[in-house]
Amino acid sequence: MSLDDRVRPSSGPLPYALGAFGVALLLAGSYWGLFRAPRETFMGDVQRIMYIHVPTAWNAMLALTFAFGCALLSLWRGGWKWDARLEGALEVGVVLSALLCMQGSIWAKPTWGVWWDWDPRLTTTAVLVFAFAGILALRRLVDDPVRRATWSAVATIIAFVDVPIVYFSVKWWNSLHQLQSSPATVSSAFHLPLRVNAFGILFLMCGLIALRSRGAALRLRGELAPPPVSVVSPLGTAAALMALQAPAAEMTGQIRGGWEFVWAAYAVSAAILIGYSVSVHLRYRQERARQVREGTEAGA
Amino acid sequence: MSELMAAVRKDLLLQWRTRAQAVAVFVFGASALLLFSFASGPAAELLRSQAGGFLWLGLMLCSTLALADSFQSETEQHALEALLLLPASARALYYGKALANWLQLALLGVALVPMMVVLYDAGTTNVVALVGVILLGSAGLSAPGTLYAGMTAQTRARQTLLPLLLFPLVVPVLVSAVKATSLVLSGDPMGQAGGWASLLLAFDAIYWSLCGLLFPKVVEE
Repeated sequence: MSLDDRVRPSSGPLPYALGAFGVALLLAGSYWGLFRAPRETFMGDVQRIMYIHVPTAWNAMLALTFAFGCALLSLWRGGWKWDARLEGALEVGVVLSALLCMQGSIWAKPTWGVWWDWDPRLTTTAVLVFAFAGILALRRLVDDPVRRATWSAVATIIAFVDVPIVYFSVKWWNSLHQLQSSPATVSSAFHLPLRVNAFGILFLMCGLIALRSRGAALRLRGELAPPPVSVVSPLGTAAALMALQAPAAEMTGQIRGGWEFVWAAYAVSAAILIGYSVSVHLRYRQERARQVREGTEAGA
Repeated sequence: MSELMAAVRKDLLLQWRTRAQAVAVFVFGASALLLFSFASGPAAELLRSQAGGFLWLGLMLCSTLALADSFQSETEQHALEALLLLPASARALYYGKALANWLQLALLGVALVPMMVVLYDAGTTNVVALVGVILLGSAGLSAPGTLYAGMTAQTRARQTLLPLLLFPLVVPVLVSAVKATSLVLSGDPMGQAGGWASLLLAFDAIYWSLCGLLFPKVVEE
């Protein structure tokens, strides 16, 4: 990859359209899952968390797999667009995996009686969050765009290869989780909200990755054009984390329950997805405004 | 092959010349083992059951210092760039450094064993198995650790970045090395230690080849 390689950030409303369609599907699927789907016999209402939890899991893995693909292409084919997409996919994947851990622990409390348990999938997801968050930190701390692209691609490949090994080592170490849910293992009455939400998160995720990659490409264009500048804006995530403190604090002390956990899981998911989407949008706007400002300054 | 031997010789010589640092790292590891015992209190039975875990946590903390040191001298005077100008492949340079780091970490682990025996009263007569586990585990720390040290040595905030990248990655090494060590220390009636050792071996095989494959990309300009 060379510095002459042009960065061409895309434009147009496609990411927003994808995101809006995803949100609409999510609203419909969650409404169906919360109010229309039948109550599950063994777990009661708590099982309704599945309609958001399982789609989050599928899509988090999909985002990180896409990041792995981008890393391979960025390293061997080259091209800044793959570097920008890697950044987008990594960040969205980390946010979805973190959300997955939170939903999982909210579901674990009423069903297993504990917030956290050392089950292979939960532990692997937590390890994954830290491994890929470390790569995001690496990207922030390396200023040279060429090195940043190569190193974060190498780190992504190394971390991705680790995922199955972590899974099997923790599985041997301890196990308790129920079997994986897929439409085949779930009764047909529960299919619809699960599928609709899965596509909802999928579209929202594609929109977010597209917008985040576009922001990254804009920043890259600024960095590759002399003089180099960098922008740091740790927005959104902190706000989302603070938003989730409130419901979590209210329900400590209760051991078994139903709807309050369902609401907590959906509230956390909504808070994180909304907070993160707003953050991606704001950072993109900020980046674009900076480019316009620098463009006019250069012109004048 | 001769390239690799030259690289190993260079790195071993480098480590021998900076042995004062290695001793300091050992003292750090020993003090960590001392501090860990305060976490679980003076109950002898509890300490003995956790000895394997404490040993590996101590070694893991030491490894970030030792690995970071190993690239410190290469970056200070832009020595790495000069090395890359030599008619030697980047891969040989990587394996040279990784092997030297492996040796250092394994020696460090073996040196921490007497500390563990004294502090936690957890010993074994099966020294061969214990050393074998330490060799396999430190190989797992050394391969990705050397690659990440090579990256982070050239960044800002390198002290934070190396453990941040390395620790989540070596979770399988930690899990299986701790299990295998505990089984060696407290007896292994079900013969499970072999399974954990094979997991370590698989991790080592994957990361020694993968990191060797990727290292030339990391240093190429």
